[in-house]
This record gives sequence, structure tokens and C-alpha cells, in this order.
Amino acid sequence: MEFKREDDLFVSGHTACAGCGAAIIIRTVMRALGKDTIIVNATSCSEIFSSCYPTSAWKVPYIHVTFENAAAVATGIAKALEAKGNDHTTVVVIAGDGATYDIGFGIMSGVMERNENVLYICYDNEAYMNTGIQRSGATPYKAWTTTSQVGTVRQGKQEWKKNLTEIARAHNIPYIATSTAGHLIDLTKKVEKAKKIKGFRLINVLSPCVAGWKYPPNLTVKLAQLAVDTGLWKMYEVENGKETINMQPKFTPVEEYFKPQKRFKHLTKEDIEDIQNKVNDYWKNGKGEIYG
Amino acid sequence: MIIPHAKPGTASKNKTGSWRDQEPDINKNKCIKCGMCATHCPEGAIEITKDGAEVNYDYCKGCGICAEVCPVKAITMRKIKK
Ligand SMILES: Cc1ncc(C[n+]2csc(CCOP(=O)(O)OP(=O)(O)O)c2C)c(N)n1
Ligand code: SF4
Ligand code: SF4
Ligand SMILES: [Mg+2]
Repeated sequence: MEFKREDDLFVSGHTACAGCGAAIIIRTVMRALGKDTIIVNATSCSEIFSSCYPTSAWKVPYIHVTFENAAAVATGIAKALEAKGNDHTTVVVIAGDGATYDIGFGIMSGVMERNENVLYICYDNEAYMNTGIQRSGATPYKAWTTTSQVGTVRQGKQEWKKNLTEIARAHNIPYIATSTAGHLIDLTKKVEKAKKIKGFRLINVLSPCVAGWKYPPNLTVKLAQLAVDTGLWKMYEVENGKETINMQPKFTPVEEYFKPQKRFKHLTKEDIEDIQNKVNDYWKNGKGEIYG
Repeated sequence: MIIPHAKPGTASKNKTGSWRDQEPDINKNKCIKCGMCATHCPEGAIEITKDGAEVNYDYCKGCGICAEVCPVKAITMRKIKK
């Protein structure tokens, strides 16, 4: 595993929080993609921490776009490359869950339906982190955010997490996968595979966030792994409609995943039991609920 | 018209290492050069050389992930006095 820092296409000196999962994901993705890549980055933490004027952490062509239109801008670039006879450059969207699950979803759905030649990487840190931790469609059930407060009437988000991966799957795109910031060999393999496929590809990557999930920064990788081990985050890929589960859960109690995160500190014994039952039900009977 | 722009890779001017309040201490005798720390470091601050893992303290923010993922516990975090 020898490599040189000077070869990195996403360089040191970005301004993400210490221990940021998104920074781990982006560097891993760039190591797998290589130089022949154009990045379209939706407004988010990743955009702010990587392109703080007058500096840039990117060594490949890069465009910052709004929340709504990352998939559309990427489509335009892919079409222009096609018109120029370029069949080698990979056009890649990097966007957060707010941009993907919610605000950019309408356009992304159209782009998926037309099967445009775009690789879309969502790093899912389960809230609008850059503007101060507001709930998104990706925020899990019962999690505290600044817009899903813990009070006497309600405690945390009342809705279950939106299942973006399955919604994307219903668009019949050629490649869909999930991964996390704690499974970097898996993530690398998926990016390398997706790079070779033509058409719309989505990789949805769980991205622990120190500031928003409220845990000590050394636990980023461990939490991502616990999300999979507990069965809350499903590690799978769907290639031309064929599903493969890449990693079976170990059924570690969900409580171990919740405990280090202060966004879940108000959870009662009954809450944890309820979520555990839903997860068990999902993996045993194909009913119940998981996160992704 | 001059359009202001940031040149590629210029973020390396930001010496984010000044943020940290603890830092990794790597025991080169224990290091097996597996690269786990280097692949997981959010800063890309670690390089595997022929002598083992090497931290660039200009960028290390002291998150402690490298110590957590090292399979042979060759990394310990030491507090730094400011
Ligand atoms: C239409 C619009 N609404 C609000 C904002 C303000 N804004 C900028 S980044 C951001 C949060 C982004 O959340 P997400 O996509 O999950 O990325 P994260 O910051 O969590 O990495 C918000 C709300 C905006 N730029 N555009
Ligand atoms: S707020 Fe979260 S996602 Fe944003 S830079 Fe900090 S750790 Fe990363
Ligand atoms: S403490 Fe964090 S930033 Fe510093 S070298 Fe280790 S993983 Fe990288
Ligand atoms: Mg987010």
C-alpha cells in the first residue's frame, strides 16, 4: 500500500473539521478515479472545505454548482465531451445528502430516467451540516438536529430515513451501490467498477460527521463500520437489476452504534428496542426498516 | 476582464496542523507498513516510506483516526501543550 502524498488529486490543507468522514471519502474516491476526471460539486461542506477562495484542494477540473442542478450541470459536461468525441473522461458529481435526497432530487430523477453518462457520489452525513445541522430526508428516525429538537412533545426527527438507494433503483439505472467512510477497499472497488460503466451510476456513501453527530473525532471510521455491523446500513450493489449484498451484518446491537453519538443521547430503552426490532425484522423477514 | 480563480492544489498553503491539540506518535519498530493509517487519514497527511508511516505535521489536525485504525497499535496520541 505504498503511495506518495504528492500524487493526491485532493490535497492536504482543506478545511474540513478534524475527523471528517466526507474528507476521507473524497480522497479515497479521487485516488480511485485518477486524473482524467471532472468534478461537479454541489454546495455543501465539501465545497466549502475544498474551495475556500483563493485556494483549492482540487487538482482536477472542478466546478461548484448550486444545490438543485449538480446532475444537470454534469449532464451538460458529459454531452459536451461526447460531442467532442471524448469517450474517456469521467464526469463525477460529489454532493451531500441535502442536495441529493432533497433539493437536487427532481433534476437528478430526470437525469437518472434519461440514463445520462454521469457518476454520482452522494456522501450522506444525514443532515444539512454546512449551515448548522438542519434535518434532511436522510436524517435517521429520532436523531436530534437543530430543526428536529428534543423537547417535551417530540424527541428528535419523527420520520424514518428516506431510502434514496431504493428510489434510485426504481429508475433502472445500470449501477447503484452503497458504501461507507469505514470501508475504503469496498469503496475503491465500487468506484473503479462504476468508472468503467456507461450511463448513470450512483454510489451512496455513509459519511459520519463529527460536528453533526456529536462524537469524538477518532470514532469516524468505527461508527461507519458499526452502521454496517448492526445492519442499519446495508452494503450492496445493484448491477443491471441484479442485487449483491457485499457484507452481511454481524447483528451487533444497534445501541453500540447510537451510544457514542450525542445526537441520539435522548433515546429511551424503548426507542432502542423499537429500532432494533425493525432492523431484525428487515433482515429476517424482509419487512421492518433499515437506513440505507 | 479578469476572472479571479484559485489555482489547482493551492489549499496546501493552508497549514491546518495549527488546529490540533494532540498528535500521533508513531512507533516505527511496531509499524508493519500496511497503510491503514495513510488510507484513513482525512487530511492525507500520512505517507508510507521505507521506514514506516510518516506524518506531515503541517496538516495533521489530531483527529486520532490513525491510532484507532492501526492494526498493531503502533500509534499513540500525545497531548500537546499550547
Ligand atoms: C437553495 C439553497 N438553499 C440553501 C442554501 C444554503 N446551504 C448551503 S450548503 C447547505 C447544506 C448542505 O447540506 P448537504 O447537501 O447535506 O451537505 P453537507 O453540508 O451536509 O455536507 C445549505 C442549506 C443554498 N446554498 N441553496
Ligand atoms: S460539519 Fe461534518 S461534514 Fe462538515 S466538515 Fe465538519 S465533520 Fe465534515
Ligand atoms: S491524527 Fe488524524 S489528521 Fe493526524 S495523522 Fe492521524 S489521522 Fe491524520
Ligand atoms: Mg449533509
